Amino acid sequence: MIKKDTWVEIHKVLLNPHERSEHIPQDTKRVPFEMRIKGRLLNDAEVGDQVEIETETKRIETGILIKANPYYQHDFGTYVEKVRIMKDIILFEMEDHDHE
Amino acid sequence: MSSYERMLLKKNDIMKDALKFDYELFEYPGIGFDYEKLMDHAGFSLDDVKRIQNHQQVGNTPMVELKQLTKYARKFAKKGYGARIFLKDEAMNLSGSFKARRAAMAIYQAKKLGYQGVIAATSGNYGAAVAALAAKNNLKCIIVQECFDSKGIGQPEIIEKARACEAYGAEVVQLSVGPELFYEFLKLLEETKYFNASLYSPYGIMGIETLGEEIHKDILSLCGKAPDVVVCTNAGGGNLTGTARGLKKSGAIHTKIVAASVDLTGLHMASDQDFNKKSFTTGHTGFGIPFTTNPDRSDVPRSAARPLRYMDQYVLVNQGSVFFITQALALLEGMERGPAGNTSLAAAFKLSQSMKEDEIIVVQESEYTGAGKHFNAQIAFAKERGIELKMGDPKEEIPGKNLVFPSSGQMIDVKEIPLDDLRKTYLKRYKDTLLFEEDYEYLSLELNTTLTHVKTLMEANHETKKR
Repeated sequence: MIKKDTWVEIHKVLLNPHERSEHIPQDTKRVPFEMRIKGRLLNDAEVGDQVEIETETKRIETGILIKANPYYQHDFGTYVEKVRIMKDIILFEMEDHDHE
Repeated sequence: MSSYERMLLKKNDIMKDALKFDYELFEYPGIGFDYEKLMDHAGFSLDDVKRIQNHQQVGNTPMVELKQLTKYARKFAKKGYGARIFLKDEAMNLSGSFKARRAAMAIYQAKKLGYQGVIAATSGNYGAAVAALAAKNNLKCIIVQECFDSKGIGQPEIIEKARACEAYGAEVVQLSVGPELFYEFLKLLEETKYFNASLYSPYGIMGIETLGEEIHKDILSLCGKAPDVVVCTNAGGGNLTGTARGLKKSGAIHTKIVAASVDLTGLHMASDQDFNKKSFTTGHTGFGIPFTTNPDRSDVPRSAARPLRYMDQYVLVNQGSVFFITQALALLEGMERGPAGNTSLAAAFKLSQSMKEDEIIVVQESEYTGAGKHFNAQIAFAKERGIELKMGDPKEEIPGKNLVFPSSGQMIDVKEIPLDDLRKTYLKRYKDTLLFEEDYEYLSLELNTTLTHVKTLMEANHETKKR
């Protein structure tokens, strides 16, 4: 059970595929137009329930509850050897020696 | 009629309420409008803009001579060649990019007109800028961004931008791929009655004129002359337009204006599947070309960003080269910036090599970097999506398939798009329109060329059509 007033994230389909713009590529037209938004939960609920939230600007939004206490997980990415190689090239080429 | 179509019908009324700016005042009888009158009507002189931005801690960023990068570029230039490369460190603005200049004006106007809040449709730095300035001016703020694909995977750079906006107290509405973002944007404007902090209003453009003026003054005081070349990363066209206007207003009339974009040819911007195959979310051809050849495709009736009026050259660089130069900037100058804002730096690195040693080339912006938007984050994200990573000749890069990093600084190159190709694309939509002399006069201003040349280009379009 996720308690009322918990900071949560919800998901909502804004337009179904048949309601979408005519002027978009087929791969986009096949899928719905979706939204995600965060806010405070207005009633106790479970993940997967249709809920109401109050957003940062005090608007009421409805949607499916997907996450309680959402947090940022983006980072600097995993190790990439090519990044290391570029570093070596730049430092090597800046040394004062003659180039071919 | 779908709810989408119904909303688009209300577009003009919603827009009028959300900007309080009557674009019809400037329309000519034919295809054109009075651009300068539109800009004047906004009612701010360059000095007003400076004063407003000063109050908001925006502008007056450092101009840095990139001596090490210049030295690096000269290794690949003929003797006596290799212009001095300067960088206007716009990352030092509030919120970390030049976009604060645009946001400062939009927010000032919203406040003056008595709006309770602002809304901006942007997945980029502009969101953070609007959010930061709204916070400072006690306005509510909603940022609408195109963020994730149908699998729910978000672009790391856009996720970082959402974090920044939320840090400044904004509400962030995250959407899946598609132009229907505009539908949600209109719906929110109608619901909240907030101000449309459009990137393309006159306020959004005049905010950048101060950048052009500062560049001229900075270089004058450091080098005793105006810059020979200014390179602008080009997406929606506002950056280039405002910078060029500011340079001209301050008297730098001979400075050559170069547009630079990351080459994403082949990737469709409204494609769900292509969305996460690109390593740049802005500064690329997916915005640069359409907004240059059709500026009025924006979220206002007449865009104040009209880059073809001002550009002298348009060059493209590949994704791998921008990552390479981003790394070089950190390694050789101690400046961790970008990557998207370094598009013009990659171009300047190459262009400087065919300029004389005593000439000056200015890269007119930088942007903050961080988790998600760091170049390592973008490259690792591409690798996870199955994009091949290669060292080699950047010319072999195929957007969406691979990233090719130059195996030497010498291989960083630019691909030029002839301005006449862009002009012809611009003119295509008038091929079945009866044009009068005043229409041609308007077009000659829009395309920054002679009336005769406009007519020649129109005829060339007809020839291609017949063939």
